Amino acid sequence: MRVNGLERPDATDPRLLLSDHLRHGLGLTGTHVGCEHGVCGCCTVLLDGHPVRSCLLLAVQARGHEVSTVEGLAADGKPLHPIQVAFNECHGLQCGFCTPGFLMVTSALLATNPEPSEAEIEEAISGNLCRCTGYAGIRRSVRRAAELTGR
Amino acid sequence: MKPAPFEYHSPASVAEALILLAELEDAKVLAGGQSLIPLLNFRLARPAHLVDINEIVELGRIVERDGGIAIGANVRQADAQADPLVRNRCPLLPVALGLVAHPVIRNRGTVCGSLAHADPAAELCATLLALDGRVRARSLRGERVISASDLFLGPMESALAADELLTEAWFPNFVGPGAISEEVRRHGDFAIAGAVRAGDRLAVFGVATRPQLADPADPTRGLSPSAQPECSPEFRLHLLEAVVERVMKA
Repeated sequence: MRVNGLERPDATDPRLLLSDHLRHGLGLTGTHVGCEHGVCGCCTVLLDGHPVRSCLLLAVQARGHEVSTVEGLAADGKPLHPIQVAFNECHGLQCGFCTPGFLMVTSALLATNPEPSEAEIEEAISGNLCRCTGYAGIRRSVRRAAELTGR
Repeated sequence: MKPAPFEYHSPASVAEALILLAELEDAKVLAGGQSLIPLLNFRLARPAHLVDINEIVELGRIVERDGGIAIGANVRQADAQADPLVRNRCPLLPVALGLVAHPVIRNRGTVCGSLAHADPAAELCATLLALDGRVRARSLRGERVISASDLFLGPMESALAADELLTEAWFPNFVGPGAISEEVRRHGDFAIAGAVRAGDRLAVFGVATRPQLADPADPTRGLSPSAQPECSPEFRLHLLEAVVERVMKA
């Protein structure tokens, strides 16, 4: 499988979820694990460009596919990705637990729809739960991200 | 590891999958996994074998057939929802798909998987029933067509045999008056009460052990839904009347 553009080892045990393989096998702990049954959205990654729940995918199913995680948005020590800048500016995060999921769905949304309407933003983030910041800030962040990435 | 131990199989063709399903004891088909993998993670399902059909290219197509559209077992809900042929021939289906969970779940979940899972509160099962659609099931013993009215037997229980693979769902072309409406606790949840109408046919869901056809003039007749937290059976029937009224006006 390729993760953020690099060839990485596949999982060997078919019981391993993609979320656990990313975190424990590959050390990519930016993908967070919340509910582990597809409800919270924290573990959302892109599979061949489409957002999916990594806790509802067996790691072996990612063989031969391209996975993008939050680590792929901006490398360590490098400037933040415009989506991350927008979340920072607009108070789109507080504790940050849900943030990787929101960043990944936002990145997929803006890749196909650079100027989303309010309704399209709400639809895109509707499967992700936040327990502290509140969705108003997150909505603002996505709007701001669209402005920043559109430049 | 979340799931209990299982042996994993990833056949490359339907023929290969059917041999596996015929030979293996206690095998379960894995398609999109958006219902099955949560069950595995909770260990509510502990199959000895998983037969993953995701690599079977021939199951990934949407084609026109017999005055309708045939949707292969690997077609994602999001792809069916956006498909021009589906939108053109059976516009009710994309509307129903829009109520299935969230976009991220629909990117992986399949139309056929939802039908095989047979959740009594699932939008797609009721939509297939309202449209009088059918599914095709194949096994080494042969192939059969199962109509929607024969497919759903009870909660998470379909008429599919253990060695059968649901290879495609068929929805008739339908551009007449159609609508779907549901009441849910949160956006994307399974319905507390739902109704889908295709012309004169009305199917209700979430209020019985399986989706069923109902009389628009008396939709709650014979129904006794279970109580849910903060939602009594009487209230669910009240909601059902409301959603039926909505779809009948459409």
